[in-house]
Amino acid sequence: MDDIDRNIINTLQAGFPICPSPYQQVAETLNISEQELLVRLQTLLETGVLSRFGPLFHAEHMGGALTLAAVQAPEQDFDKMAAIINAFPEVAHNYARKHKLNMWFVLATETPAQIEQTLHKIEQQTGLHVYNMPKIHEYFVGLKLEA
Amino acid sequence: MDSIDRTIIRATQAGLPLTPEPYQTLAQQIGISADELMQRLTHMQTTGIIRRIGAVPNHYKLGYRHNGMTVWDVADAQMDNLGTQVGLLDFVSHCYHRPRHLPEWPYNLFAMIHSKTAAEAEQHIADIAALLGTHCRAHDVLYSTRILKKTGLRISQ
Repeated sequence: MDDIDRNIINTLQAGFPICPSPYQQVAETLNISEQELLVRLQTLLETGVLSRFGPLFHAEHMGGALTLAAVQAPEQDFDKMAAIINAFPEVAHNYARKHKLNMWFVLATETPAQIEQTLHKIEQQTGLHVYNMPKIHEYFVGLKLEA
Repeated sequence: MDSIDRTIIRATQAGLPLTPEPYQTLAQQIGISADELMQRLTHMQTTGIIRRIGAVPNHYKLGYRHNGMTVWDVADAQMDNLGTQVGLLDFVSHCYHRPRHLPEWPYNLFAMIHSKTAAEAEQHIADIAALLGTHCRAHDVLYSTRILKKTGLRISQ
């Protein structure tokens, strides 16, 4: 990764135009050719430096629902509990974290009612109490990681 | 949002095409004109269905190895004021008010921080603590130790 790649990453985190030749427009601001931008972008995606490039959707504005939930999984059953929880297609992310509540996952469903139903099923299948922590208010969401 | 919008969402979940005219490419796949596609994307961006079109970096690959979920027990009366200020800090990527679960979980303000070094993370945590001051009763930081699952948003019919 060189300075041009870093420039591309920083620029494209902020946004991307909606116009007939958007790569050309961005390439001009970066002082590179459209072809170079496309090739570098492809490489950044293939090597996983960028996990995604495209529209980022807002689940709630699409009528869907999101929540953050946590469980306290016993250490000896940790992987088994993770497998049960990850098997739900509604589970979008799941992270192991250093805390008594050691497994934190995000549910994304198409309707708010499905959140409750899915959490209930997770409780039944894992035998664990699920701490549901839906957002009450969003103050900020945005990625601004300087490359 | 109608069925064409949903088709657009499904068609772009994997990302935008890497072609000189990506909206034209997409429009052809969907069977609408490029103009209609661009109008619809612009409308979805205006109404907030699309937060933005852009790149999502992998934190770890950029060297951000200290990614912590900082959680704070903030006085309810000060929550919105302080939450807004914490959200404006440039090292915070997500900031939310979430419910407490007493007595086990007293924290109601969540802020994700991203740092390249442990020392930098400690400094960020100290900055948030200073901002909250006496309105914060307790805090904790939960560092992720493993990604167990990570997928994009899914949508069916």
